[in-house]
Amino acid sequence: MSTLQGSFRDATVSPARRFRNDLATVLMWVALAVALIPLAFVLYYVVHEGLRIMGWKFLTKNIPVIQRTKGPGMGPAIIGTLLITGMATLIAVPLGILGAVYIVEYGADNRLARVIRFLGDVMAGVPSIVMGLFVYTVWVVRFHHFTGFAGSLALACLMLPIVIRSSEGMLRLVPRELREAAYALGTSKSRTILTVVLPAAASGIVSGCLLAVARAAGETAPLLFTVGLTSKLNSNLFRNQNTSLSLQIFSNATQPFAGAQQRAWGAALTLMVLVLIFSVAARVVSGRLAKASS
Amino acid sequence: MATITTEAPPPASPPPNLSARRPAIADRTFRYITLACGLLVLLILALIAVATVSKAQPAFSHEGIKFFTTKVWDPNNNKFGALAFAYGTMVTSLIAIVVGVPVSIGIALLLTEVAPRRMRKPVVYVIDLLAAVPSVVFGLWGLLVLKKPLDNRYADLNNWFRHIPVLNTLFSGGGHQGTSFMTAGLILALMITPIVTSLSREVFATVPSAQKEAALALGATRWEMIRSSVLTYGRSGVVGAVMLGLGRAMGETIAVALLIGSNAQITAHLFRSGDSMAGVIANQFGEAFGTFRAALIGLGVVLFAITILVNLAARVVLNRSERQLGGAL
Repeated sequence: MSTLQGSFRDATVSPARRFRNDLATVLMWVALAVALIPLAFVLYYVVHEGLRIMGWKFLTKNIPVIQRTKGPGMGPAIIGTLLITGMATLIAVPLGILGAVYIVEYGADNRLARVIRFLGDVMAGVPSIVMGLFVYTVWVVRFHHFTGFAGSLALACLMLPIVIRSSEGMLRLVPRELREAAYALGTSKSRTILTVVLPAAASGIVSGCLLAVARAAGETAPLLFTVGLTSKLNSNLFRNQNTSLSLQIFSNATQPFAGAQQRAWGAALTLMVLVLIFSVAARVVSGRLAKASS
Repeated sequence: MATITTEAPPPASPPPNLSARRPAIADRTFRYITLACGLLVLLILALIAVATVSKAQPAFSHEGIKFFTTKVWDPNNNKFGALAFAYGTMVTSLIAIVVGVPVSIGIALLLTEVAPRRMRKPVVYVIDLLAAVPSVVFGLWGLLVLKKPLDNRYADLNNWFRHIPVLNTLFSGGGHQGTSFMTAGLILALMITPIVTSLSREVFATVPSAQKEAALALGATRWEMIRSSVLTYGRSGVVGAVMLGLGRAMGETIAVALLIGSNAQITAHLFRSGDSMAGVIANQFGEAFGTFRAALIGLGVVLFAITILVNLAARVVLNRSERQLGGAL
């Protein structure tokens, strides 16, 4: 391709055409800049403002009850985010992987499998705030309590279609010969799936799940009407209200007090680092997959 | 098709005793478990529809068709018209599409056709990083950093466009604010860029090189080649990607809730504050009870219905282009 790309320069190309070509190239680079400059600014401010308050105290202390208070404390929100997202992962990942197993292994592209696959894609497009409203109506209203677990349910709804979609793609990559070899040894279908197909696709599936976790950890909308709010540490997902980094950013961002805004930046930095850890982990795992396959 | 080898072949299981019933039962049980997990998707979608519609019922029966056709939202006097919010959702999403789609397509073309091969992977990483920034962080940044400078720019534009017809309706007319339709729309544009870029990139990557080489062989410049083969060939796929981006933009909540100004009004002036469906749910749900709460859930129902329709359409378009392009998506 590279030899072809430059070829027209040698031919007689009118200045107008050459100008249009160059203009298009420049505009494409401008498009990249338009997307990357705001990203650089966001990252700069999150790191710069966040570091001012970041420290051991910030990560561990309780959140000040009075928003006007200056100084650290975001511990309960960090624990809340980790626990709520962790529980959501425990719910969504097994269900999503098994759903993908049905689509690829048992459905074999019959009509039902195609419908499930299609609706999974549609479900991935449902706004996260609708997931929050949904869990509010079927769970919070019923049990009269905001809990961390309700937030986990809402996040799990969000993660499920992502896990299904990515696991499905990875299962499809497992070569048919592997399954046939297992069948030839007399292995039953379920054992073949559990001991041959899933391990073969494991790194890809894990990578997809980590991306789903990263996505869920940063979400605010599904948690707004499900986990409530608290300033104290609550490590029990099933009792009393909880809080999360994203919720703390949302509620502190609108406060006029410098102390609250500072904590919002600190929470933003913590959240970004968490999300990045999961994203990078996903890359590392899928990088190993790529290496193994080459 | 792809040849993937795993680290170590998993230990082969001993052939099961074929006459025993146990494996057959275990096999069937496992099949039904996976089927149940697959059906969960249908179940959840159905439950979302049923649960939210039933909880929104009081508001729908209270307002009737006026819920959709009036713009007065006055919880204190039990008046709930959703029109201004629907308008805000539409306007901010349109701004996001108008700004975000050309940028995304530009980046996608850059990555598939123009940029040196060594640069492509790092750029993809950085674009993915953009997708990893949580919505609430964009909102925080917009509110605490971007708001004031943007308002100053709006003031400048307000003056420049004052006497130009059409444009003065959009960009002039006073009442500009740092949190406005435009601010929310611009942040949305930034947020849909990664998804539209990556989908467009996949579409462009499937254009057969024979097509491109033919155009170049006929003496086309690179841009003429892109226009005649890449964009033409990938058109339906890009349409699908844009619709998916539109669905994202309409459902995006937190950044919009923080940046749109929370002021329900219908106006063509893009620099004025407004409100969107997702935004008002996020901002007002906490203090809402009774019919008010039902009305907010009703907004959620409308949002759900619209995004489902947009996503259905997007998927149909994408699946069609996938078939046409030979299933590389």
